[in-house]
Amino acid sequence: MTRKLTVGRRKLLKGAGIAALGSVVGAPTIWAQNNKNIVLRQFGTGVSNLNDIADKCKADTGITIQMTALDSDACVQRAVTQPNSYDIADIEYWMIKKIWPAKVFQPFDTKKLTYYDKIVPLFKNGKLKPDSVIAQGTAPHTVGFVEKPDATTFAKQETQWFTMVPTIYNADTLGIRPDLVGREITQWKDILDPKFKGKTSILNIPSIGIMDAAMICESAGIMKYGDKGNMTKPEIDKTIEFLIKTKKDGQFRAFWKTFDESVNLMTSGEVVIQSMWSPAVAAVRSKGVPCKYQPLKEGYRSWGDGLAIAKHLSGPQLDAAYEYINWYLSGWTGAYLNRQGYYSAVLETAKKNMTEDEWGFWMEGKPAKGDIKSPQGAIMEKAGAVRDGGSFYERMGHVACWNAVMDEDRYMVQKWNSFIAA
Amino acid sequence: MTRTTSWTTYLQVTPLALVFLIFLVIPIATIVVVSFFDYNTTSIIPAFLSQNYEELLFSSVTWQTYLQTVEFALMAWVLTFLIGFTLAYFLAFHVRSATWQQVLFLVCTIPFWTSNVIRMISWIPFLGRNGLANMTLMKLGIIHQPLEFLLYSNFSVVLVYVHLYTLFMVVPIFNSMMRIDRSLLEAALDAGASGWQTLTNVILPLCKPGIAIGSIFVVTIVMGDFVTVRMMSGGLSSSVALMMANAMSLLQYPAAAANAVVLLLVVLMIVAGMMRVVDIRKEL
Repeated sequence: MTRKLTVGRRKLLKGAGIAALGSVVGAPTIWAQNNKNIVLRQFGTGVSNLNDIADKCKADTGITIQMTALDSDACVQRAVTQPNSYDIADIEYWMIKKIWPAKVFQPFDTKKLTYYDKIVPLFKNGKLKPDSVIAQGTAPHTVGFVEKPDATTFAKQETQWFTMVPTIYNADTLGIRPDLVGREITQWKDILDPKFKGKTSILNIPSIGIMDAAMICESAGIMKYGDKGNMTKPEIDKTIEFLIKTKKDGQFRAFWKTFDESVNLMTSGEVVIQSMWSPAVAAVRSKGVPCKYQPLKEGYRSWGDGLAIAKHLSGPQLDAAYEYINWYLSGWTGAYLNRQGYYSAVLETAKKNMTEDEWGFWMEGKPAKGDIKSPQGAIMEKAGAVRDGGSFYERMGHVACWNAVMDEDRYMVQKWNSFIAA
Repeated sequence: MTRTTSWTTYLQVTPLALVFLIFLVIPIATIVVVSFFDYNTTSIIPAFLSQNYEELLFSSVTWQTYLQTVEFALMAWVLTFLIGFTLAYFLAFHVRSATWQQVLFLVCTIPFWTSNVIRMISWIPFLGRNGLANMTLMKLGIIHQPLEFLLYSNFSVVLVYVHLYTLFMVVPIFNSMMRIDRSLLEAALDAGASGWQTLTNVILPLCKPGIAIGSIFVVTIVMGDFVTVRMMSGGLSSSVALMMANAMSLLQYPAAAANAVVLLLVVLMIVAGMMRVVDIRKEL
């Protein structure tokens, strides 16, 4: 159904995309055209499984990418239980911590990655700048490398074997309705303000929800965590206990699980402050409803996506996978993702594919000189607007915690169930 | 009646037996086997452990959730029965012309032309804080504050169950009522029974098979539901199936399987209880 419906939009965009690219860099790069018969099957979260990317890839490299979008949980299931059903996995870093030991992927040889040296250091040593502090949780660099291609445990430092090529990442925070909150929001604990009783929400995906809860608990001084991304049993107990109390007090209006639920909760005014993802904020705004992605004192909860290749890939298929990923980092896709408010792993090439004003708005936190448009051409921000949270370094430099898988995963889920059932 | 040789009888039951074997017995057996397995974050480890059941049965969360689910089922059952019985009664005894009966019966099924999910989700904008219901009541001056319990509450969950499943009650009860010999009603009237007495002493007992079938539908569906609970309670309430979904999403298949086995037993006991009260086969 959806596939058919998007054909018209796709064709339109293909033209627009090529035109835009042509105007920016002069002429599209010429890639090898001997990939006509190569088909790569890719599954991933809805975030970056975009038909536009597949179409552009086909036009540039000749490789056909078949995309399937699944929710986070389904991604892990598919990766582990049906390893022959895909060639490329577009997944989050915390997922690879779970999936890698199942031996369904093969690592990349960094020597075959054209842009490896230009990938943001965050994914290699956890530091955005040499003096940055490494955030808690499953930081991408901790699961980014293995010592040997067949190793099941992760390497402690950079090696030649890269488990995933990072593609897209962002820093998440709370979304607010500036017209309805009626006060300054500066900290995670502000969601607990009795004024917002029955008008708040957090997300009901246990592995991510628990992190938002931890940010809130720590902010409110309920407790201090050793590592929010890898809590101990007593830490989990105390966090859940606090959540249950807050729920019984009627602080939460609902818990959301999908993107559109969060958008609807916000647009309808059911909630005024809640966990949100950045495109959801954009979606609320595009309906003419004010919504702000509020930066908070304690920092962001961050996530990163990357591409991994299935173990069964070999020969021309494997070569094509490398070519696809090298193409992915060559700039067009990076610019496309940056324009949606995400960040690309190789900034240099993306910059070349964006206008100065776009780069200034999205990456440098400067006021927009002209209207800022989405990759589809819709106006996202009017001239003069400044991005919530500011520049790339401002936002990614204040990551408190990465999305994570805990060692006490099993225990945590049981506890989370008790919270929902309470 | 001609006697068939035994092998033709076996041949005749083979297709159905095979279908049951492949699509019912084997899957359930697999679930039972997996429920004793061990697991970690990435894999299922064949074993014979009772840990999954221990974790399940010794946890207060399980009991709370089962209680909540049974409560939902009970409320949905009472309401769908009352509404379903009334509707069927109206169709069967008040509408005299067969054509109109058919037409009105079709009208009852119209909502079923759209998907279950759509019918469920449509309630959300209606019941919301700034939804149609609250807006109307406020405009009429009946309330001054929006009624928050309308959405994301047990109320909205039960409301949707009733909306979605009442027809499952109407159809079998209507069917039972249509089989009642009308002369019985006249006899009751002649014997001096009041309308209410006729209803309780004649119609109700004769509708028992229909009521039982409808009840089995409603109760089993509600006991195994997780979408409605999640969507309509806004994630604030839980159900047994939701517990399973949560476990499965984290690849904890053995835990989910153990829960599935327990739920299956509970539902089978409920159905067995109903069958004891009403012998469906005898009265059909």
